[in-house]
Amino acid sequence: MRSVPSLVFLTVAALASVFPLYFMVVSATNTSQDVLGSRLLPGGQLVENLNKLLAAQDLGAAMWNSTLNAVGTTALSLLVCSIAGYGFEVFHSRNKDRLMGVLLLAMMIPFAATMIPLFRMFADFGLTSTTIAVILPAISVPFIILLFRQAARSFPHEIVEAARIDGLRELGIFLRIFIPTMRSTYAAAAVVIFMTAWNNFLWPKVILINEAFQTMPMLISNLTSGYVTDYGVLMLAVLLTSLPTMVLFLVLQRAFAQGITGAIK
Amino acid sequence: MSTQLTPVVPAPDHQDERPPSGRGFSSLGGRRSLTGWVFLLPAALLILVMNFWPMFQAFILSLQTGRGAQLSFAEPLWFNYQRMLADQTFWMTLRTTLLYLVIQVPIMLVLALVLANILNNPRLRFKGMWRTAIFLPCAVSLVSYALVFRTMFATDGLVNDVLTGMNLIDSPINWLGQTQTAQFVIIIGLLWRWTGYNMVFYLAGLQNIDHSTIEAAKVDGANAVKTFWYVTLPQLKPMILLTAIMSTNGTIQLFDESYNLTAGGPAYTSMSVSHYLYEVSFVQNPNFGYAAAISYVILVIVALLAAIQLKVGDKRD
Repeated sequence: MRSVPSLVFLTVAALASVFPLYFMVVSATNTSQDVLGSRLLPGGQLVENLNKLLAAQDLGAAMWNSTLNAVGTTALSLLVCSIAGYGFEVFHSRNKDRLMGVLLLAMMIPFAATMIPLFRMFADFGLTSTTIAVILPAISVPFIILLFRQAARSFPHEIVEAARIDGLRELGIFLRIFIPTMRSTYAAAAVVIFMTAWNNFLWPKVILINEAFQTMPMLISNLTSGYVTDYGVLMLAVLLTSLPTMVLFLVLQRAFAQGITGAIK
Repeated sequence: MSTQLTPVVPAPDHQDERPPSGRGFSSLGGRRSLTGWVFLLPAALLILVMNFWPMFQAFILSLQTGRGAQLSFAEPLWFNYQRMLADQTFWMTLRTTLLYLVIQVPIMLVLALVLANILNNPRLRFKGMWRTAIFLPCAVSLVSYALVFRTMFATDGLVNDVLTGMNLIDSPINWLGQTQTAQFVIIIGLLWRWTGYNMVFYLAGLQNIDHSTIEAAKVDGANAVKTFWYVTLPQLKPMILLTAIMSTNGTIQLFDESYNLTAGGPAYTSMSVSHYLYEVSFVQNPNFGYAAAISYVILVIVALLAAIQLKVGDKRD
């Protein structure tokens, strides 16, 4: 490395990035007093904190709700967005380009501007506090459609032609040839969608009125609403909320990076 | 956009798979075209029903008053917008949000650019480790990190302990209890969470840059700073524009941190405008009509800022 200042800067940035997460992990094993007392070493309070958390909140239900929402969103979103991205590229036409342009505009609509009508719409159908209401607005994402359209661009057109000559129907070509060849794109999109869905806070908070349906981010947010916050318990709950996405990130970091940047050429 | 409403002359198909007379569905090309539209249908319908339709509804709603389901058109129609003009809290939360925007976004993008440039150096060792470390904050949810920061910045918490231990301050600072320090903590949090995210975009952009252009500049005697400024940066322009629009969009819609880190306090002074919108919609006396009017102001600001950035980005060629 050519210069010392760059290396110092890099080191400071890396430490600053990692430290709050280290603090979260060690604090999950400490008492509230130790957390506030800035103890930075692992303690023996993990089981005690877990027991307190289980006594105060329905952790299992929140984990299940979050899992159901995130897995459901990921599966449906992958299907809907990938078939659309494939359609835009393989059956390319000028009118479809225009439609894509219109769909991309949806990315610029702030969620704030659709939240209340969405809430009223789902309430009218009696769908508050349901999984379907959490999932439906998150399925069709212009950005993910674009990612798949970009991937379909590298999908050789000769393969499609050959499969057609072999008598495979259009849906068959998509299901049996496109999906298996594009596994890495699916992985990239899946990581991004799953993490976004798992971490989503505002919409679940608005639509999941019944506390039995609360997700992990809602649960940890509620932990601070009492008079006294037990910081050890709080940090443990935050750690449990973050664990699935952190593991996913560490294992599939390249896929995640590809997922957020892959739609741009 | 203007061509949207006018009848379009059938354009020759780009993939050329449609026979010349292939408009009818009896022909193979026509059937394929129909299949293509069917493939797009679920995604397009969902975006129509879950994004565009509610956006239209929000506008209608912004012209209405009343509580809960008892809504009727306001008198005058723009009553909610008029009320907004006199709403001190609305203006304060909007100002605070724009303050976050103008401070956080430029600092973050410069930091991300510098880090990406350092990480792109071919001679740097342990590249993967550095990248993972700086990218890692993206792995946790906004609520999670907001609560970690809230704990670290508690009055009797870690940050004050460190600062008093180093003799930098005499008495603990009430970080989340004072306007400016609470806003400062939110900005620090945003920088922490999103710098690595944007860095990844620049790293992707840097990979597309022909390294020979950088080598050529060095051969011509340009130092590292000049090479970066005159050779690397212009080639990253599209990426910078994209990240600027994304971050602007994201910061204007800030909610999770305002709600969980400072709870908008003290006295609404660190509250974001989206957080205020949530309060108007679902806390105290829910008023959907007024909230919808506020949401339209946010919508217009997002659109305006994106348009300005696109315009400025285009001109600097």
